[in-house]
Amino acid sequence: MTTYTATVTVRLKQGVLDPEAETTKRALERLGFELDALRFTERYEVDLDAADADEAADRADDMAERLLANPTIHDYEVEVAEA
Amino acid sequence: MIAVVQFGGSNCDRDAVRALEDLGFEAERVWHEDSLPEDTTGIMLPGGFSYGDYLRGGAMAARSPIMESVREEIEAGTPVLGVCNGAQVGCESGLTPGAFTTNASARFQCEHAYLRVENADTPWTQAYEEGDVIELPIAHGEGRFEIDDEGYEKLESADRILFRYCDEDGNVTEEANPNGSRGNVAGILGESASVAVLMPHPERAALPTLGNTDGRGVLAGFEGY
Repeated sequence: MTTYTATVTVRLKQGVLDPEAETTKRALERLGFELDALRFTERYEVDLDAADADEAADRADDMAERLLANPTIHDYEVEVAEA
Repeated sequence: MIAVVQFGGSNCDRDAVRALEDLGFEAERVWHEDSLPEDTTGIMLPGGFSYGDYLRGGAMAARSPIMESVREEIEAGTPVLGVCNGAQVGCESGLTPGAFTTNASARFQCEHAYLRVENADTPWTQAYEEGDVIELPIAHGEGRFEIDDEGYEKLESADRILFRYCDEDGNVTEEANPNGSRGNVAGILGESASVAVLMPHPERAALPTLGNTDGRGVLAGFEGY
């Protein structure tokens, strides 16, 4: 068994309104910053023991599918590295 | 016996029991770690902030063990009503499609909303006529209904939209949409008409002493079972 860190990044699907990001963008503009757009992502770092990187990725994928992301509004990606 | 499921952080459970009792139902709060009573004839998922809204409103409660029992009850035909946080739990657990997410205003909104009855041919709306306008309180930060095109068309074509936000005269407009919900949707049915969720609070508009009783008809939906 090897210890891996699986990084799960969850973001809103393209086209889904993100009111918090919009509010943050406006606040940055009020501070004088120039920007075209701003997106939030949520990032989970999961430490787990697995036989290999594929198994670690599969398990993290399952976690995203079943809880960390809501498939109605989110896309997600999983990256795995040895811890 | 209508079981009002109480999660840690639920805060409309007492209101729900009182309103249901005023309508003549037997109702009691059931702690989510206990099992549903054997004589359960209906289930209400009340409003509140279960699990502190960690991750997303309703996300944690939707994966709690009691929801397995709720699913079994649904299979057996037991009616289920989810209100506010209970509606979020309903969508997060897949009992109803779509998601209730951050209001377009990015603010928590506590106000009165007008709703137009879209389909009066369901247990939860049979007290009304199609096109009726009722007034119910809303109190949520994550009430914006989101669903993909296909899911939305499916809801519309199967007449599963119960209520849309509207103005006092029943016009469904952008201005009358408090939270940016797709199609002004405020409440929907699950696959079966025995399962319904809505963001507004019928239990807060059910007692005559409080002045507004527009929500009684929704709670009366438990009657048909």
